[in-house]
Amino acid sequence: MEVIFLLIAISLLMASFFLWLFFKAMKAGQFDDDYTPSVRILFENKVKKENKKNQTNKSK
Amino acid sequence: MQKPNHISKKQSETTCYHCGEQCEEEVLYKEEKSFCCTGCKLVYEVLQQNELCQYYELAENPGTSQKVRENRSNRFDYLLDEDVVDKLVDYQDKDMAHITFSIPMIHCASCIWLLENLHRLHEGVVAGRVNFLKKSVQIKYNKGKIDLKELVQLLSHIGYEPTINLSDVDKKSPNKVDRSLIYRLAVAGFCFGNMMFFSLPEYFSEAELLGTGFKGLFNYLNVALALPVFFYSASGFHHSAFQALKQRKVNMDVPIVLGIFALFFYSLYEIFIVGQEGYLDTLGGLLFFLLIGKLYQQKTYDTLSFDRDYKAYFPVAVTRMRQKREEVIPLSKLEVGNLIKVRNAELIPADSVLVEGEAYIDYSFVTGEAVPVHKAKGSLIYAGGRQKGKPITLAVQKSPSQGYLTDLWNNEAFSKNEQHSMESLAQRISGKFTFTVLAIAFLTLGYWSFVDFSQGVQAFTAVLIITCPCALAMSTPFTLGNTLRIFGRGKFYLKNAQVIEKMVAVDTVVFDKTGTLTDIRKASISYEGSPLTVESKGAIKALVNQSTHPLSNRVNAFLGEIAIVEVEKVKEIQGKGLEGIYKSQVIKLGSLAFVKEEPSEEKDSGNLVYFAIEGELIGKFVINSGLRSDAARVLEEVGKGRQLHILSGDHNHEQKYLVQVFGPKVVMQFNQGPLQKLRYLYDLQEKGRTTLMLGDGLNDAGALKASDVGIALTDGVTHFSPASDAIMDASALSRLGAFLDFAKSSKKIIKSSFGLSFTYNAVGVFFAVQGLVSPVFCAVLMPISSVSVVVFTTLATNILAKKKGLTINQH
Repeated sequence: MEVIFLLIAISLLMASFFLWLFFKAMKAGQFDDDYTPSVRILFENKVKKENKKNQTNKSK
Repeated sequence: MQKPNHISKKQSETTCYHCGEQCEEEVLYKEEKSFCCTGCKLVYEVLQQNELCQYYELAENPGTSQKVRENRSNRFDYLLDEDVVDKLVDYQDKDMAHITFSIPMIHCASCIWLLENLHRLHEGVVAGRVNFLKKSVQIKYNKGKIDLKELVQLLSHIGYEPTINLSDVDKKSPNKVDRSLIYRLAVAGFCFGNMMFFSLPEYFSEAELLGTGFKGLFNYLNVALALPVFFYSASGFHHSAFQALKQRKVNMDVPIVLGIFALFFYSLYEIFIVGQEGYLDTLGGLLFFLLIGKLYQQKTYDTLSFDRDYKAYFPVAVTRMRQKREEVIPLSKLEVGNLIKVRNAELIPADSVLVEGEAYIDYSFVTGEAVPVHKAKGSLIYAGGRQKGKPITLAVQKSPSQGYLTDLWNNEAFSKNEQHSMESLAQRISGKFTFTVLAIAFLTLGYWSFVDFSQGVQAFTAVLIITCPCALAMSTPFTLGNTLRIFGRGKFYLKNAQVIEKMVAVDTVVFDKTGTLTDIRKASISYEGSPLTVESKGAIKALVNQSTHPLSNRVNAFLGEIAIVEVEKVKEIQGKGLEGIYKSQVIKLGSLAFVKEEPSEEKDSGNLVYFAIEGELIGKFVINSGLRSDAARVLEEVGKGRQLHILSGDHNHEQKYLVQVFGPKVVMQFNQGPLQKLRYLYDLQEKGRTTLMLGDGLNDAGALKASDVGIALTDGVTHFSPASDAIMDASALSRLGAFLDFAKSSKKIIKSSFGLSFTYNAVGVFFAVQGLVSPVFCAVLMPISSVSVVVFTTLATNILAKKKGLTINQH
């Protein structure tokens, strides 16, 4: 049963890790605009050679 | 919130491929596509050249009409000014700059797509990122390849001209969103979840199976998890309760903090001294629910600004004349004595004297009166007016920050901050509540100490814990939060939830007339009687040209452009009309009694202008003030149990008509300037009345601020509106009565949910005083009471909203 000590430690660490991730996302403004990304994802990248360069530029 | 609007019109008539409007005046063709104006066609051509026509595939007719396009090339020259650029950009280094523009035209998926593909239009743009809800776009650009002026020109060229106003330039406040509440909630949720996890074995006696080592471990882990809850998540409550006690008041947070302290310290005592499990999971849950309630109430409408000052209305740049040459300078550099040029539809930025040109100033912005006022050379023109017609040259008399308009803002009404915030229902209850709880707790302690002191302490804390008014504290935020959302869906946006409680107490409603009860665009005028000859039209025009009376202006506008004939000895008789002599005949224009010598049985009404030659009636102009279609019904509904007042900046020529429509009970005041309106509101309040003011123009700004509930009425919610407690879309005016009723109902809902939570408290106390409360009992009762209160308020508000017809489909 002693393995439970280890499991509890792991579960707590994992949960804290997710809490930390949430804070990070919040700070980065990920939850500020919940509408635009849902539209943005539907845009198709039409084939145009020079665009691709710009597109990679865009994604930070 | 506005979702993309897929305009689908029947193609029976030719509609513009770009903006979807009907091509009325002309139809332009380009590659079998029709356009309503050169502007729209131009945008199409630009997009087509750059292979950006996907714009037109994402939404049907995504553009905005380009009919009114200003093509002055030097319009954006002020954006070359280093100071201005520095203040506008978010960030810049040697070659890159980031800037956020607010673009109200953003309305559909195509807009997002185009603005995020700007880099395909100009190589200087690196990237664009749209925030649809805020209607803004952040653009990163290469300063070496494109400067700010060119960037704004590019945007304006494709029909997305950003709005840049003085407050953008003046104060750089990247409105920091307050996210701390969410962080607190996240911490509370995290700790609560884990504490539940560690406490569960305890409740089902599973810990016994695992051995005592585990039991100790779980308890210590719970203590570790409770620390951030107590010190971080609950800090807001501690702070607020402490502040209240410092001012010798008791607010809702005081009993909450009492409960929190009792929970925390009693649990520590149980765990470390007695070696039992404590109530820490209840503490976590309590904070988690309380914070959800707080978050729920904190609904904000980011795109609306409720606290604008005069700077938001003024242009950023003005055209200054220097040695016959025009230069565009930022407004901040404008000095007294400068000559400025104001073009059609431009705002006059400072009080100044007309030097050259013919001025027709539209003060609708300031007074709500839409008919332009003619000003002669040499007359003083106040800031805030808008020139209609040919360009005029003005000599600046006062700096923009000292004009007539800005004086209003320096009035005391604006410096006082929430002078009379009403005591909320929850606040009034919490005082009594806290003392009752303390009394019960001490009585219990006293009773038990005769039997067993340690048992007494346990019962004492149990009472404090069980009565911790979690459900009580949640009923207000959830009810008000729901009401706020229901109002928002009905296009009535409140600054915060406190406004609802104030709305309940309103017993006097003050309406502004022009622009609020009347719709400027609806004002109509017609002529009845024997047809007018060109000659008599010319004569009438000559008469009304001499007058500044609003009715004269209306008649003048109605006659249109016709040649004026010479009329001698034109006289204006105040309150009656105009007379003059034309071809040795006396012509009169005005009220019936004035134009006609012998009395007649025809009713003289304020909105009729009669025309007579030599005492003989020729005809009359009927001026319809263009009341909003349901204004009378709204007043009737709102007037139930409330006093009604109408303030108008106009002359009283329409009084009779208005009395006829609204009934004699409505108090009407005419010729009210901005300051008089403000005074009027103060007077009402001094008489002990709680006021609601409904207005639209800048002239109402003072009164809106002074009233208990100030509602700004606007035709476009994202457009101009003066500082206020709430913003209402003009289309929602018809539901004003329902909104007020609903505010009352939500107060009733709060009261009944108070009743519900008191029942829980009573049950809890019944067990607590007997010392029968166990941690499991707490852990179960607390969430049940909170959740049931939330469910009750949510259901009740939504059902009532449906009953009152306030649930409107969003599309």
